[in-house]
Amino acid sequence: MKHAVRVDFLYWEKCPSHEEALDRLRAILREEGIVTDVRVTHVDSDEAAQALRFPGSPTIRINGRDVQSEVEAADGRLTCRLYILEDGRASPLPSAEMIRRAVRAAAAGEASGAGEASAARQSVDS
Amino acid sequence: MTLATSAALVPFALPGVDGQSYSPQSFRDAKVLAVIFWCNHCPYVRAWEDRVIALQREYAGRDVRFVLINSNDPAKYPEDSFEKMQERARLKAYPFPYLFDATQEVARSYGATRTPEIFLFDAARRLRYHGAPDDNFEDPQAVRQTYFRDALEAMLADRAPAVAETPPRGCTIKWR
Repeated sequence: MKHAVRVDFLYWEKCPSHEEALDRLRAILREEGIVTDVRVTHVDSDEAAQALRFPGSPTIRINGRDVQSEVEAADGRLTCRLYILEDGRASPLPSAEMIRRAVRAAAAGEASGAGEASAARQSVDS
Repeated sequence: MTLATSAALVPFALPGVDGQSYSPQSFRDAKVLAVIFWCNHCPYVRAWEDRVIALQREYAGRDVRFVLINSNDPAKYPEDSFEKMQERARLKAYPFPYLFDATQEVARSYGATRTPEIFLFDAARRLRYHGAPDDNFEDPQAVRQTYFRDALEAMLADRAPAVAETPPRGCTIKWR
């Protein structure tokens, strides 16, 4: 049985690859057969970044848990985010595999983490 | 406004992480000079970093010099402080000078907006290429357009690069 999956996508518009990341996220949700709304949050101020503990753009949280499981606690600030991929390369985007792993774990009912996104400015996008 | 193709190199005099001061005169023997706006913290810089290092090493024997300039405000981004620049240059054994533009005047005079952002000048120090290193920051194996390399090859053959301008992709320069 697949469990309900809540998906948050947080971005800062001055970081250029957020649309690519959102497309990647949606493609994986489709491939995994997950039907859910993606809650898209534009983080547009230092205050919002701090309130959301935003580690940088883009950030994807599945059931409140960051897709990069080893992410350090962040104070939150407007910046582009550095991901370290499975092969050790640096990237501004999470890999498809990183997202897929997080989606599958959430669908399998693994416990959700902290850090839910209560948006400063939010839009719901399916 | 960003420098246009054929514009003259804008002079600078900046301190490098090696304790030396650099100006365009420091590179007077180079046939081709790349002025690259750079920083420590940006993931786009990190993604392209090894490729840019490899390119400098490959072309060093052909009178090609790169110079990196960090113009970010370290008060907002402490990873981009001069001390952190020194650490990064040591860690990665940068084969090029890495300069600190504390006043941000050099970035403004070039009209630079992103990191990384390449301004490539010919022997007469006229701008011949401006933009990104290549067309895929994420995966070096998936690169199809090697803009920077192609421009270098063209200029070393005394030709104008076929592509003179691409949109720089990266983090915004962090102004004061």
